[in-house]
Amino acid sequence: MATLQSFTDWIADYAGVVRDQADYLTDLDRAIGDADHGANMARGMGKVALLTEQEEFTAIDAYLKKVGMSLVSNVGGASGPLYGTFFLRMAGAFTGVEEAGVTEVAAGLRAGVEGILARGKAEVGDKTMYDAWAPALEAFDSAVGSGSDLAAALAAAAEAAAKGRDETEGLVARKGRASYLGERSRGHIDPGATSSTMLLESAARTLA
Amino acid sequence: MKKLINDPADVVVEALRGMAAAHPDRLRVDLENKVVYRKDPIRSGKVGLVSGGGSGHEPMHGGLVGLGMLDAACAGEVFTSPVPDQMMAATKEVDGGAGVLHIVKNYTGDVMNFEMAAELAAAEAGTEVQSVVVDDDVAVQDSLYTAGRRGVGTTVLLEKIVGAAAEEGRSLADCAALATKVNDNGRSMGMALTSCTVPAAGKPTFDLAEDEMEVGIGIHGEPGRKRVPLAPAREVAAMLVEPVLTDLDFTGDTGAIVMLNGMGGTPLIELYLMYAEVAQILERSGVTIARRLVGNYITSLEMAGCSVTVLRADDDLVGLWDAPVNTPGLRWGV
Repeated sequence: MATLQSFTDWIADYAGVVRDQADYLTDLDRAIGDADHGANMARGMGKVALLTEQEEFTAIDAYLKKVGMSLVSNVGGASGPLYGTFFLRMAGAFTGVEEAGVTEVAAGLRAGVEGILARGKAEVGDKTMYDAWAPALEAFDSAVGSGSDLAAALAAAAEAAAKGRDETEGLVARKGRASYLGERSRGHIDPGATSSTMLLESAARTLA
Repeated sequence: MKKLINDPADVVVEALRGMAAAHPDRLRVDLENKVVYRKDPIRSGKVGLVSGGGSGHEPMHGGLVGLGMLDAACAGEVFTSPVPDQMMAATKEVDGGAGVLHIVKNYTGDVMNFEMAAELAAAEAGTEVQSVVVDDDVAVQDSLYTAGRRGVGTTVLLEKIVGAAAEEGRSLADCAALATKVNDNGRSMGMALTSCTVPAAGKPTFDLAEDEMEVGIGIHGEPGRKRVPLAPAREVAAMLVEPVLTDLDFTGDTGAIVMLNGMGGTPLIELYLMYAEVAQILERSGVTIARRLVGNYITSLEMAGCSVTVLRADDDLVGLWDAPVNTPGLRWGV
């Protein structure tokens, strides 16, 4: 079961990952974007990671809502609204939930990914973060359907996200700044799909 | 990386502090929210004009705040959209009771952040907000398969023209319609001789060999549509003007406002040389040049290169163009 502590662990873990991988994310973005994804995520998650020191949280939904607002306020670019909306919508799915099991996390992930979709209006194959999220959600639901526990479902989701991330390499971007490169965007992994996969890998390490 | 900076993390705030120090008679800067305002509060009944975007394009947008142009400009990190908190603060501050127009360049991040800010401003403060999204870059051809055309040079002309209209006392609806009209009639195309270095990244965004140039670039150091061998200015001018004229008919009695814009690292001597080439092609193609602007207005840090913007301008637009303006970046008639 995922408790409030699990969720704060998740955020702390992810903040560490994007801090360590900031240069790598920026390098990916330099190839097909504008070379700021790592710096933006590291700055934003750095602020988000401090939330638990500034405020006492007692509920998962209130905490995730604050995480979302803080990401919107501190990341900038397209990643700020996209990740921010993910956590804000996810928060909505945890109203009144003190301990999240596999069913609650499934609902939370679905709400969050629907938020990304509403904000970004991307489709599978556009070479965006959604190319990691869509297969991840499907893998999570299918794992749940076959009786997996939270840990196994999150691991399956992270694995599917990584596969989706790798497949963005062969795609031509149709959304975001990379789309301006046309055919030249092929041959590079999408930075947003990469940071999204990292978020799911963090979840697999901490939430279950 | 060789730059006149202290810490890459502090570049934007320290530059804003410098703007405040350099223009105490005209500007007021909210360093916490990173918003540049006119020194005097908004006149009651005047439509407020708010723009913003990533930093690194100076003088746009902060240097275009002042009489006859913007009321507020939100500065994001270098090449990164500002966040909704900044736009909310600016929108509330310049609401003089006649509503606020957001001028947004068509980049995924800018559009999403301004969209969230407009939703929040309407919900929280009851401010009437309308938005215009500028998308004038003809280098982006397949709009169906991309995030759409980028907002580039026309943004500067739009902020001048709509700024004059707001100063005249035109309504929010009229200002928004005028902004749409300017966007619909403006087209731009740019090229780069070098890349540029985002301070936080520390190295150039792309590599360009000594004998190459990048055609069809945006304003964020991103690579363009194609990389071609370096050519004489005359041929470069043709490469920039031709796609603009192919995209929209600028011939006929209606005149045009032409901007030859430097990307930040090209000296004026080359910009003037380029303007002569561009003007010659335009006139030979039957375009009547009514007004012209040459200089660095919408830049991409220290990138060398230029862009051409052509705006079909009827008498109303030319009249508004001629109206007084007093900003750090653009000043006449005062």
